[in-house]
Amino acid sequence: MPANVRIPTALRKLTSDEEVIEVSAGTVADVIAELQQRFPGIKERLLDEKGTVRRFVNVYVNEEDIRFLQDQETQIKDGDEISIIPAIAGG
Amino acid sequence: MEKNKCFMKALKCRECGREYPLEATHVCEFDFGPLEVVYDYDRARKTLTKAALESRPRTMWRYRELLPIAGDPTVGFQVGFTPLVRADRLARHLGIRELWIKNDTVNYPTLSFKDRVVSVALSRARELGFTTVACASTGNLANSVSANAAAAGLKAYVFIPADLEEGKIVNSLIYGANVIGIKGHYDEVNRLCAEIAGKFGWAFVNVNMRPYYAEGSKSMGFEIVEQLGWEIPRHTVVCMASGSLLTKIHKSYQELIKLGLVAEAQYKVHGAQATGCSPISTAQKAGMDFFKPVKPNTIAKSLAIGTPADGFYALRVMKDTGGSAEDVSDDEIREGIRLLAQCEGIFAETAGGVTVGVAKKLIARGTIPANDSAVLCITGHGLKTLDAVVNCVGRTREIKPSLREFETLLNADEQVNG
Repeated sequence: MPANVRIPTALRKLTSDEEVIEVSAGTVADVIAELQQRFPGIKERLLDEKGTVRRFVNVYVNEEDIRFLQDQETQIKDGDEISIIPAIAGG
Repeated sequence: MEKNKCFMKALKCRECGREYPLEATHVCEFDFGPLEVVYDYDRARKTLTKAALESRPRTMWRYRELLPIAGDPTVGFQVGFTPLVRADRLARHLGIRELWIKNDTVNYPTLSFKDRVVSVALSRARELGFTTVACASTGNLANSVSANAAAAGLKAYVFIPADLEEGKIVNSLIYGANVIGIKGHYDEVNRLCAEIAGKFGWAFVNVNMRPYYAEGSKSMGFEIVEQLGWEIPRHTVVCMASGSLLTKIHKSYQELIKLGLVAEAQYKVHGAQATGCSPISTAQKAGMDFFKPVKPNTIAKSLAIGTPADGFYALRVMKDTGGSAEDVSDDEIREGIRLLAQCEGIFAETAGGVTVGVAKKLIARGTIPANDSAVLCITGHGLKTLDAVVNCVGRTREIKPSLREFETLLNADEQVNG
């Protein structure tokens, strides 16, 4: 079973409105590289010039923020759920 | 005011400047930066004058030109213009010459500053044709969305962390809103809401309506300046959850300067957090311009946002104005609540205890000089967070309905008090 990436509304133009994308296991960085290969342009939406995740982009693996895990080095196993979510206001 | 009451020009990304139409959308498609309303200040300047203000109702809507709706407000006509209280007894206690409390504990109708943002968000949601409104909330926003939606005849779904204070839960349920408790902290509620927001065609006040919603907070700053006799306070202390209110207070001062309603002045905006959830104050104290997300653990649940969406901008405002941030422990929060209540007769929720506690620290270490003047933004009522203080306010003493018993009690008191 591969891992799934949930694509936010703001990026669905790039994925032809595809909401969930199946990707192979690896690290978060590998997943982003795979997405870029299949949906050119998506990487620069997620990462800045230095290759770090943009400050208003939150990436979660199985509902945990990757900043609490190993960031882009976080390992993705088969069946994992990856969500890409814009930061939103509160309270 | 002119016939054309729309002073908005577009939505604009705060990061890259790309513009978007005035729809229910909140994120730049390119870099995920937050979108913000752009106003036609040249037109606003013509009608938003001190003379015009004199004849306008004493609500937040008197600053209509700088609030992001296209027509007349349809939700929350009476919101805002809460008292600015001169707090001499608290000033003496904290050791500062002049202190003011902007008292949003008595905001209408749900006793927190959130009524400001919600009346804007729901008025705008109606203009855009929505019939169901929703929010992710730490409590106060849920209360306000529930009440204002009920009054406006809109359907409401509010999402909250399941472990919120009972007062905040009852205060949403009573209005007939659909209250969904999520087993997790606010950041998890927020993440879920971000995922469902696009799905059902609802107006999510703090997600797809955020550019409009957030602007409502500016009215607190407009009022402070007007109530001080058109003067920007030298120091403003604001509590921070997502950091949005702090940035909007700063923006309100800047807009009044831009419109020529107040003279340009030096001022500092200071941020207050609870130590148990202090990503922004920790970053500020370390001199960083970015924050590290945290897992919240504090009695100040209304401020318990570990991934503050406006944290970057709040840090920038403090840097630009020369302001500072500080944080206080749960005990210092309770002490802050008690101080405000016993010095000024104002019962604030835990966030208010945070603001008072932090002000106390900033004054004690001279960051806010003793011979200066400050405004504390107190954002919500204490009746909503009774659980936080119930064990530190003492107990009632029970006696029979007998004069003798009362006299015995009083004599004992006098002996204790000398």
